Amino acid sequence: MSKYTEDDLKKELETKKYEFGFYTDIESDKFPVGLNEGIVRAISKKKNEPEWMTDWRLDAFRTWQEMEEPEWANVKYKNPKFQEISYYSAPKQKPILNSLDEVDPELLKTFKKLGISIEEQKRLSNVAMDIVIDSVSVSTTFQATLAEKGIIFMPISEAIEKHPDLVKKYIGSVVPKRDNFYAALNSAVFSDGSFCYIPKGVTCPMELSTYFRINEGGTGQFERTLVIADEGSFVSYLEGCTAPQRDENQLHAAVVELIALDDAEIKYSTVQNWFPGDEEGVGGVYNFVTKRGICHKNSKISWTQVETGSAITWKYPSCILKGDNSVGEFYSIAVTNNHQQADTGTKMIHLGKNTKSTIISKGISAGFSQNSYRGLVKVSSKAENARNFSQCDSLLMGNACGAHTFPYIENKNKTAKIEHEATTSKIGEEQLFYCNQRGIDTEKAIALIVNGFSKEVLNKLPMEFAVEAQKLLEISLEGSVG
Amino acid sequence: MLEIKNLHASINEKEILKGINLNIKPGEVHAIMGPNGSGKSTLSSVIAGKEDFEVTEGKILFEGEDIEELAPEERAHKGIFLSFQYPIEIPGVTVTNFIKTAVNQMRKAKGKENLPAKELLQMIREKSAMLDIDQKFLSRSLNEGFSGGEKKRNEIFQMAMLEPKLAILDETDSGLDIDALKIVANGVNQLKSKDKAVLIITHYQRLLEYIVPDFVHVLIDGKIAKTGDINLAFELEEKGYDWIK
Repeated sequence: MSKYTEDDLKKELETKKYEFGFYTDIESDKFPVGLNEGIVRAISKKKNEPEWMTDWRLDAFRTWQEMEEPEWANVKYKNPKFQEISYYSAPKQKPILNSLDEVDPELLKTFKKLGISIEEQKRLSNVAMDIVIDSVSVSTTFQATLAEKGIIFMPISEAIEKHPDLVKKYIGSVVPKRDNFYAALNSAVFSDGSFCYIPKGVTCPMELSTYFRINEGGTGQFERTLVIADEGSFVSYLEGCTAPQRDENQLHAAVVELIALDDAEIKYSTVQNWFPGDEEGVGGVYNFVTKRGICHKNSKISWTQVETGSAITWKYPSCILKGDNSVGEFYSIAVTNNHQQADTGTKMIHLGKNTKSTIISKGISAGFSQNSYRGLVKVSSKAENARNFSQCDSLLMGNACGAHTFPYIENKNKTAKIEHEATTSKIGEEQLFYCNQRGIDTEKAIALIVNGFSKEVLNKLPMEFAVEAQKLLEISLEGSVG
Repeated sequence: MLEIKNLHASINEKEILKGINLNIKPGEVHAIMGPNGSGKSTLSSVIAGKEDFEVTEGKILFEGEDIEELAPEERAHKGIFLSFQYPIEIPGVTVTNFIKTAVNQMRKAKGKENLPAKELLQMIREKSAMLDIDQKFLSRSLNEGFSGGEKKRNEIFQMAMLEPKLAILDETDSGLDIDALKIVANGVNQLKSKDKAVLIITHYQRLLEYIVPDFVHVLIDGKIAKTGDINLAFELEEKGYDWIK
C-alpha cells in the first residue's frame, strides 16, 4: 500500500532543517578565546563596572577554577573546552539609541525573521521587549510606561550603574557564586541580561519579555537575570529563545534569580527553542542553566517552561519556600527528538510553615533522544504542614528513545504531605489508526495527541506564548513517529 | 457502493479472510454475523485500511474505485466510517476538540474551508441531542474513563457528525443496555438514506431488531457461508452456528 510510511517520515525528518537556522551578519567586537583573570577584568572594564562588581566577578572566577564539571546528570556529551571559547562578543555598532531608526538595519532584519518586528511590538502589543543579541542589550522598549509605575526593567549592566544598591543586595543572594560549576562560570563572565524590579504593591501592567538569541559562532552566552518583586507586587515575565544553525557546539550557561518578597507573586515563563543539533546530533546548543527563586511570606513563584531545543539541557528551575504560607509551582514540557538529551526538573525546598508546591512535568521523547525528569522535594524540620504534589508524565514515540524519572524526596517533618504520581505512555499504532479512520492524517494526529498530553502545562502559559509553544511542539515532533 | 471480490487477507502470514464476496448497494443495510474468530473484525479493519493486515488476493472497490492503495484517512475522506469495537483513549483531547479536528480534516480533504465555529457548535448540539448525550460529556477527554455504553454512543455521535456514505458498525451493540441500544439504533436509523449504506457486524441478533437489515451474511472461517434476510438472524439465534457448514 502506498502509504505514508515510517521511511517517508524519516526522510522528511532528515530534510527538515532547523526552522530558525539563519545567521545575521553583524560585525562583532569579540574577545580572544580563553579565560583568565585578565579576561574577567576586561569584561568588567568593557562594561564600565564599579570595583565591587569586578571583585565579585574575580571571586567567582577563582571559585570556578577550583570546581569540577558536574557529571551526575543523565546526559552524555563532549565536555566544552573552556579555553577555546570567546567570552565576550558585542555587536560593534553600539551607540546609545534613542529610537528604532538608529538600530542597525541588519539587526532589524533578524528581528523580522524571528517574527518580532519591534515596531509591531511597540505599536500593536502590550509586551515590552528587552532584546538581547549576543550578550549585549541593544534595545529596551516601553521604559517610559513602566517608569510611571516605578518599575525598573533594563539590561543588568545598566542596572549595575544606575541601581547599584539593589543589584548589590540581591545578585548572588539566591544562586550563590559557588552554587555550582556553571553558576560560578556565569558569575565570573556574565555579559548581560535583564534586571527587573517591581515596587511595593505594584502590579506590572504588561508581560515583560526578553528575547535571547545566540548569534555568533563559537561564543558562549552567559546571561544573568535578576527579578525582584517587592512586597505585594506582581509580575509576569516571559523568556523565549531561538538560535541560528552552527556547526560547533555553543555553550550557554545562564543564571536566573527571582526574589518574591512578602505577598508578592512572580510568574516566569520560558519557551526554549535553541538549535538542537542536526539529525545526526551534530552541533546544537549546550544549555546549562541555573534558575532559582526565593519566596518570602505568603508569596508565590511559578515557573512554566516549554523546552524543545538544545542538544543538551540541564536545567532545574527551583523554589526556596522560605516564608510561611509561600507557594512554589513548576510546570514543564520538555520535548526531545533525534539525539537530543534533556535532564530537567525542579527543586522545591520547603523551609516555612504551610508551604505548598506543585510539580507538573510532561516529557515527550522521540527519535534517539533521552529525556529525564529529576526533581527534589525537600521538607525541613520546621516546615509544619508542608504540602507537595508531583506529577511526572512521559510520552514515548518509537522504540529508540528513552524516558527517565528521578524523583528525590527528603522529608524531616512528619506533618508533611507529599504525593508523587508518574505515568509513561506511548503513542501507539492503535491511537493513530483511530485518528486516521476519522480522516485525521498521522502528522495532525500526533499534534493532537501531544497537545492533549501537554494541555495542563500549555494552559499555564500566557496566551501569546501558548500559541507559539503549541506551534513549536508540532514543529519539533514533525515526522517523528515510527 | 462497496464491492468485495474474492478477498483474502492475512496477519503475520496467517490467513484470516479466505475469499470473501460482498456487494453492498446504496440504501442497503447488511449484517455480518458469525462465531468468535470467524474474521468479522478483520473484515472491518481491512475495509478501513488497517496496516497490520495484508491483502493477498482479491479487491475492494468503493464506488467503483479500487481502494487498496489508499491510506486509512483517504478511505475516511471517501466516506468510509468504522465504529470501533474498542474505541481508543486520547487523554487531554476533548470530545469536542477531536470531532472538530476530524470534521475540518475531512473538509480540508475536499478542498473546503474549516466549518465556522458557530455552525460546528450548532451541529454538535443537534447530533448530541439526538443521541441523548449530555453537554458535559463533550468536554471530557476522548474515551478516557468512559463506560462501555458511553464509548459506543460517542462512536455513533462521531458517525452522525461525519455523515459517511458507508458506516461499518463493529460490535456496536456489545456493552449497551437496552435503553442505550435503542438510542444508538435510532441514531443509525436517522442516518440511513437511499444513498448511504450500513454494514453491521455483530454476534447477536439483538441490534438487528432495531436496525433491520436487508441482508444477513454468516461468516464462518473467513468465508461467507450463507446469506439470507432477517429471518436467518432469528434462526441463528435459535440454532447457533453449527448447522451451517
